[in-house]
Amino acid sequence: MIWGVLQFPGSCDERDALHACEVVGGEARLIWHGERDLGGVDAIVIPGGFSYGDYLRAGAIARFSPAMEAVAEHAAAGGPVLGICNGFQVLCEAGLLPGALLRNEELRFICKQADLVDGEGQTLSIPIKHGEGRYYAPEEMLDALEARGQVAYRYADGHNANGSVRDIAGVRNERGNVVGLMPHPEHAVDPLTGSTDGRQVFEALERLAA
Amino acid sequence: MSNAPDLPRHRELGLTDSEFELIVEKLGREPNAVELAMFSLLWSEHCAYKHSRKLLRRLPTEGPRVVMGPGENAGAVDVGSGYAVAFKVESHNHPSAVEPFQGAATGVGGILRDVFAIGARPIAVLDSLRFGELDSVRSRHLLDGAVRGIGHYGNSIGVPTVGGEIYFEEPYEHNCLVNAMCIGFAKTAAMVRAAAAGVGNAVVLMGATTGRDGIGGASVLASAELGEGDEAKRPTVQVGDPFEESKLLECCLELLEKGLLVSLQDLGAAGLTSSAGEMASAGGVGIDIDVAKVPLREADMEPFEVMVSESQERMLAVVEPGQVAAVRAICDKWQTGAAEIGVVTDTRHIRILKGGAVVGDMPVEALVDGCPLYDLDPAAPEAWIYGNRETLAPSADSAATLLALLSAPSIASKQWVFQQYDAIVGSRTVRRPEAADAAVLALPEAGNAIAVSIDGNGRKVACEPFNGTVEAVLECAQNLACVGAEPLGLTNCLNFGNPEKPVPAWQLDRSVSGLAAACEALDVPVVGGNVSLYNEGPDGPIYPTPVVGMVGELPDPARTAPSSFAQAGDAIGLFGPFSPTLFGSELAKQRGELAMGLPEPDVAAVAAACRAVRDAVRAGRLASAHDVSDGGLATALAECSIGAGLGCRADLQDLREEGCTPEEALFGEGPGGFVLSGERAELETLGARVIGEVGGTTIELAAGDRSLIVGLTDATEAWRSLDARAESVAEPPADA
Repeated sequence: MIWGVLQFPGSCDERDALHACEVVGGEARLIWHGERDLGGVDAIVIPGGFSYGDYLRAGAIARFSPAMEAVAEHAAAGGPVLGICNGFQVLCEAGLLPGALLRNEELRFICKQADLVDGEGQTLSIPIKHGEGRYYAPEEMLDALEARGQVAYRYADGHNANGSVRDIAGVRNERGNVVGLMPHPEHAVDPLTGSTDGRQVFEALERLAA
Repeated sequence: MSNAPDLPRHRELGLTDSEFELIVEKLGREPNAVELAMFSLLWSEHCAYKHSRKLLRRLPTEGPRVVMGPGENAGAVDVGSGYAVAFKVESHNHPSAVEPFQGAATGVGGILRDVFAIGARPIAVLDSLRFGELDSVRSRHLLDGAVRGIGHYGNSIGVPTVGGEIYFEEPYEHNCLVNAMCIGFAKTAAMVRAAAAGVGNAVVLMGATTGRDGIGGASVLASAELGEGDEAKRPTVQVGDPFEESKLLECCLELLEKGLLVSLQDLGAAGLTSSAGEMASAGGVGIDIDVAKVPLREADMEPFEVMVSESQERMLAVVEPGQVAAVRAICDKWQTGAAEIGVVTDTRHIRILKGGAVVGDMPVEALVDGCPLYDLDPAAPEAWIYGNRETLAPSADSAATLLALLSAPSIASKQWVFQQYDAIVGSRTVRRPEAADAAVLALPEAGNAIAVSIDGNGRKVACEPFNGTVEAVLECAQNLACVGAEPLGLTNCLNFGNPEKPVPAWQLDRSVSGLAAACEALDVPVVGGNVSLYNEGPDGPIYPTPVVGMVGELPDPARTAPSSFAQAGDAIGLFGPFSPTLFGSELAKQRGELAMGLPEPDVAAVAAACRAVRDAVRAGRLASAHDVSDGGLATALAECSIGAGLGCRADLQDLREEGCTPEEALFGEGPGGFVLSGERAELETLGARVIGEVGGTTIELAAGDRSLIVGLTDATEAWRSLDARAESVAEPPADA
């Protein structure tokens, strides 16, 4: 298993993501945003941070990078892609995932541990840290996403700190190989620094690559 | 700016007549406009430390673990396995008082640059903030702006904000304090100094373009009192761009890793003038700078404007001519600027050129080290010079008093603030804010961890500057002990009033002596620091506020005690040479009874207690450890309970037998006390007095006729009450 972690100017959590991939298992390498070739990696992680300063709109500039063209091809071929926080925003901007991320309801950046519920009903304790994490999509699209099982993660009761519609914390594409979420599973892989529940998010991606 | 029309130019720039005469003497002629602007900045209090440098010589700066000491961009200590931890604290007080968001944001940006300038990757930020009382609209506006600014910069650049402290006190109403501390991590062998070297080497300006922002920040804002017409100073506040700094940071670290730079220096106060001057001075060389080669935001900038601009996100490097192309290539990769603007010379002069013409020429020594150093003229005040305001009736019973203390903005939980900061990026944060007495950061590369604490209760320093400063150092040492860390080094930011006035001069003089004495006694070297003077409002000086940042080492990040109790049934121990009094306490403040005087701490006894707690924590013998601080023992016990969601019962009879009144036992303050919990036998082996037990849903404290019972829910509500009060942010006051 070879993981590729994209790096844009302004990425912040790329080293954390590399570390998380290694903890879960396999080799992990950084992929510079200017690369058009992903170098044969099995799965892609688009990490958190403030690519291009989040100027204009979060993820709006990074989506045009050569590496993102390659990611779109990788995704179209069924390759697994995980977008975390800013990476989720980039995937939505790129049209690889449905919906959009808006400024938090309280209009403040928020960093705290949150409980998520995954598709199997398991509760995961994973931190959130973002200023623009309020998931939004029109009602009809939300109904369609729910019907097709595309809601990957929801905030547990009382843990939706940003005002996301229907408590949505993460979604997947129709095919299921592209997943994005606002919480940070790469910051939940070591009991020393928090929880280990984030490993399950990476392991789910690992299974897709198999 | 509103200046008298006939004021001589040098006075308008903050230089005295005699200083101007000295410049003329050193140059052998009158300085031209470019030279005068440059001298006025480097001879400002902010750059020359002209009222503090003599005092700072008292501080101990050497120790076996010191890798870099004062004089470099940041200090650094050895943490073993070939690694070092760099750290420094700096103020951005006056810019934040004028424009809190950008002032605080650029404060963070500046301290980050200081740390990566020596080749260390920033791994954490802590902040020490002071505002007026929270019921003031201005204070809430400044708090909101400063917190947003710190978050904006730190969050965007991917450096976690792992701790800090905030006090709300009337004397900071018109002059808030924003001190930011950055911690960096580096391979010791790869660290770089700021001295320019190698005649003929290129001087390369990297990062953002140069504009008119922040012109005169060091002399206009940082070296004079705030007062009427400060809104006109807003253009002297710099504007931060964390994205630019993020690229610059990665770019500089890559350049250093590849060995492409001879030396590196950040551009902070006084911009190119100070960075070029200091590099040349440290290296014993000269530098020629051609302002025509500096990339500008506005085409028509004057040479003096280019030299004094405080545009952010810029670094100055010395590069061997053969490596310039390689440096440019890496700057291009990171999409950040690189302009060859000058050359290292053997003239020991700073020469400013514009195209071919020389527009300024000054000996480095006169410019950087020629400023006269002044002796202070200190005089102790005859009585308490600050105000007193009664907010709690002396007749309030003990339960009401405890709730009033827990809800005091300086004591209450700062969760509202900390939640606005990314505390975890970098995957090193073992203890998040408010989870332990000190922040703990894992260093897997070196196989150990560091703990960091920042403290400085200005109210106590106002009561007695020497003893109050000793207490600030001891507070840090106690915080480190609670997580099992041994102090390695200390940095400080001395925030004081106008040193030309006798009382602030006395405060500064006594405080520096206290800092020196405490560091000597604890054997902790001072590896760097910053001085911020002229912090005054219309009602007088701020509380004298030496902010102390201490870094310690611990062998195993898995063995750090939390501050909150761990489980019901555990015994509670009181440990250490704790002799509480109401002098300078939060309770004395709330009763409007503040006065001069603070007992002298027994530093040796506190140091011994710290060692014992540290060893017990490292050995895993304690379930929790928390030092007794603001609000006294009752508050400390309540904090341990609230964090755990577990009540407690304790009997403070022992303290009363030692001569404390019930009130002093409950709410008195002073250094040396630790609240520990764990197995009774472990606590007794350590020598702690077992005073109670964890459990239940109330906090029950027996103290004779002042005994109290407070429900855990009520205590929690009081301690969490800051969130709602801070959130009621109003528009800035009409006069700000």
